Amino acid sequence: MKFYAGVDSGSWTTKAAVIDEEGHVLGTAVTRSGADLAAAAERAYATALANSGRTGDDIEAVWSTGFGRNTIPFADGSRTELDCHGRGVAYYLKGPLVVIDVGGQDAKVIRLDAAGHRLSHRMNRKCAAGTGSFLDEISLRLGIDIGELNALGRGATESLELSSFCTVFAGTELLTLIRSGKRPADLAMAAYRSLVKRIVSMDVLEGRIAATGGVVAYHPIVVELIGAACRGEVVVPPHPQEIGAFGAALAALAACEEHDTSDTAELVQP
Amino acid sequence: MTELASTNALRATMDAYYRSLADAALRKTAPVAWCTSAGPVELLRALGFAVHFPENHAAMMGAARTASRYLPLAHAQGYSQDICSYLTSDIGAYLAGESPLKAYGLERAPAPDVLVFNTNQCRDVRDWFEWYGRELHVPVVGVHSPRSIDDVTESDIDSVTRQLESLVAPLEQVAGTRLDDARLMAAMRASRDAARLWGTCLGTASARPAPLTFFDGSIHMGPAVVLRGSDDAPAYYRTLLAELEQRVENRVAAVPGETLRLYWDGMPVWGRLRALSTMFAEFHTAVVASTYCNSWAFADLDPAEPWRSVARASLELFIARSEAPKERYIARMVKFYDVDGVIFHDCRTCPNNSNTRYGMPGRITERLGIPTLVLDGDVNDLRCFSDEQARTNIEGFVEQLTDARGATSARGSR
Ligand code: SF4
Repeated sequence: MKFYAGVDSGSWTTKAAVIDEEGHVLGTAVTRSGADLAAAAERAYATALANSGRTGDDIEAVWSTGFGRNTIPFADGSRTELDCHGRGVAYYLKGPLVVIDVGGQDAKVIRLDAAGHRLSHRMNRKCAAGTGSFLDEISLRLGIDIGELNALGRGATESLELSSFCTVFAGTELLTLIRSGKRPADLAMAAYRSLVKRIVSMDVLEGRIAATGGVVAYHPIVVELIGAACRGEVVVPPHPQEIGAFGAALAALAACEEHDTSDTAELVQP
Repeated sequence: MTELASTNALRATMDAYYRSLADAALRKTAPVAWCTSAGPVELLRALGFAVHFPENHAAMMGAARTASRYLPLAHAQGYSQDICSYLTSDIGAYLAGESPLKAYGLERAPAPDVLVFNTNQCRDVRDWFEWYGRELHVPVVGVHSPRSIDDVTESDIDSVTRQLESLVAPLEQVAGTRLDDARLMAAMRASRDAARLWGTCLGTASARPAPLTFFDGSIHMGPAVVLRGSDDAPAYYRTLLAELEQRVENRVAAVPGETLRLYWDGMPVWGRLRALSTMFAEFHTAVVASTYCNSWAFADLDPAEPWRSVARASLELFIARSEAPKERYIARMVKFYDVDGVIFHDCRTCPNNSNTRYGMPGRITERLGIPTLVLDGDVNDLRCFSDEQARTNIEGFVEQLTDARGATSARGSR
C-alpha cells in the first residue's frame, strides 16, 4: 500500500490530509496559519501523519494547495485550491456539480462536469464579503466567540436584513440595530443571510450543489441558507474543511500514478 | 520570455519623440497640443503641433508604479476613486509637480497651447482636459462622438466629420499657421501605414508558436499611439515586422514551450505588466492577442478623404461600439488567433474598457464554447489588484484548460 499527503495552506488555517492509494483518508489536521506559513504546514502535516498512524517515510509524495501553496518547502508539487477543492469533492460526489467553498478570506464557486473536470470558477472580489472574515467581524461586534455564532443564530425569531455587503458597513449597521434593541440571535441570523446572499450571487447555482470550507464545517446554518436560496439539496462532503488538503493528496496520487504508467510505457516500448 | 531585439529601436524611437516634445515645451520649437489617444492627431501634426498624450503619460506612471503616489492627490480634489485612474494619476502628478518625463528635462507634462479630445472612448477624457483647461487657461476643443454604436451609419460619420472640420479654424489660430493639404495628406499616409504595419505585426501572433505576446504588444504599440501621423511610426514598425516575420520563419516563440494560447480583453495592469508576463511564461501560456493592442490598428484611413476616413475610423473603434459588434469582434479574434481561452480584465476604474459588466464573458463562452476568466484589477490603481488572487485565478484557469485538453500537466512537479 502506498500513501500520499496534501497540505492546504490557507490564509487563516492550514489543513493537511494523509490518504492511501485508494483515496481513503487516514488522518487530517487543521492548524492556525499565522505569519509563518511553512511552520504551520509542518505542524499540520506532522499532526495529520500522527493521526493517520504513518510517518513521513511512508509517504510517496506531498502536494500543496491554497494561498501559501508555493511557500511549503517539503511539497513535491502544487495545484491551486480551485483544482483541489473540485478534485476532493468529485471523489465523493458524481458530477455535474457546483462546488461552493467558503473559506476564511475567500469564497469560490467551481463548476464541474460529469467527469469531475472543471468548467469554470469564480472567486470573490478583493473584499471580505461572503467570507469567514465577515462572520469574525460580526462576532466581534456582538461580543461573542465565533464558535457560538451558529448556536446563537438558531434562536432567531425575527427576520432581519443587513443591507450592506461591505464588512465595515455591515458592522456599523449592526451597531445601529443593537442600539434599536434588536436581539443578538436575530442579528446573528441576519449576518448569515447577508453572507449567503453574497455567495449565491457569485454564479448561477443550479443542479447539484456541494458546500465545503471552514465556514461550512462550523456553521451549518450557512449550508441550510444556501439550500433555501437555491431551492435545492446542498451536500456537504466528508471533512469539508480539509477537502482542499484531501484534493492535494489526490493530486499527488494522480501525479505519481501518471509517472508510474509513463515509466512502464517506456519500458514496454519495442 | 524571449526579448525582441527591436526593443532597442523602440527605445530610440520613443526617446526621440519625448525629446522633441521636451524641445517644443522648453525651447518653444513648436506649439504643444495635448490629445486623447483616439483624437485627431493627423490634423495636429499637419499644423505643426508637438503632440502630448496624457493617457500615455499616465500609463508611464502606471508602469513605473508612481501612480500610487499621485492618485490620492486627485482623490482629495474630489475626484472619485471609481473614475479613470489615468485621469487621477495624471492630475495627481500635476498637483505634485512631477512627471515621468523628468528624464527628458520636463519637471511637469509639457505646457499645452491647446487641449483636443475625442469622446469616442469615454467622457472622462473631456473632464480630464477641461480640468487642465481651467487650471492652465488653455482652450479645450474636441469631438463629441456618439458611443455604444451598433453599426456605424453615414449620419454618425457626417456628424463627426463636421466636428473635425470645425476644429481646423481654432487650431489654426493656436498654431499660427494655415492647414496645408499636402501636410495633412502626408500625416494621413504615415498614420495609415503605421496602423497597417502594426496590424500586420500583431497578426504574426496567429502563428504557432506566437512570436509576440500581448505584453510585448503593450510596450511596442507606443509609436502607434504617440507617433501617429509621423513617419517615425511606420519606420519603426517595418523594423519590428521584419523581426517578427523572421521569428515566425524560425519558429522562435515569445513564450518558450508555448502550450496554451489566450486572448486578453481590456486594459493592461501597467504596474504588473512584467509580473504577469513572467507568470504566464512560467505556465507556458502565451497571451497572443488583445483587444487593447489591436485598437490602434485602424487601417482604413484614406489620405484622399481625410475627414471622413478619420471620422469613420474613430467611430469604428472597438471601444466606441455596442455589445453586439464587440462580441462579433472578439469572436473573430478568438478564431483568427486560435486561442484556448479568453481573459477579461475587469478594470475597476474604466468601465469603458471593461467588457465584463453586461454579461459578455458568459455569452462568449456560450457562443464559442470557449472558457473565459474575469480578472479583477485596474489599469493604474494597484489597490484594486490582488497579486495572490490574480495568481490563483490565472493558475487555476491554466489548470482547467490544460486538464480539458487531457494534456498531462507537468506544472507543479518540481
Ligand atoms: S477609456 Fe478608460 S482608461 Fe482610457 S481615458 Fe477613458 S476612462 Fe480612462
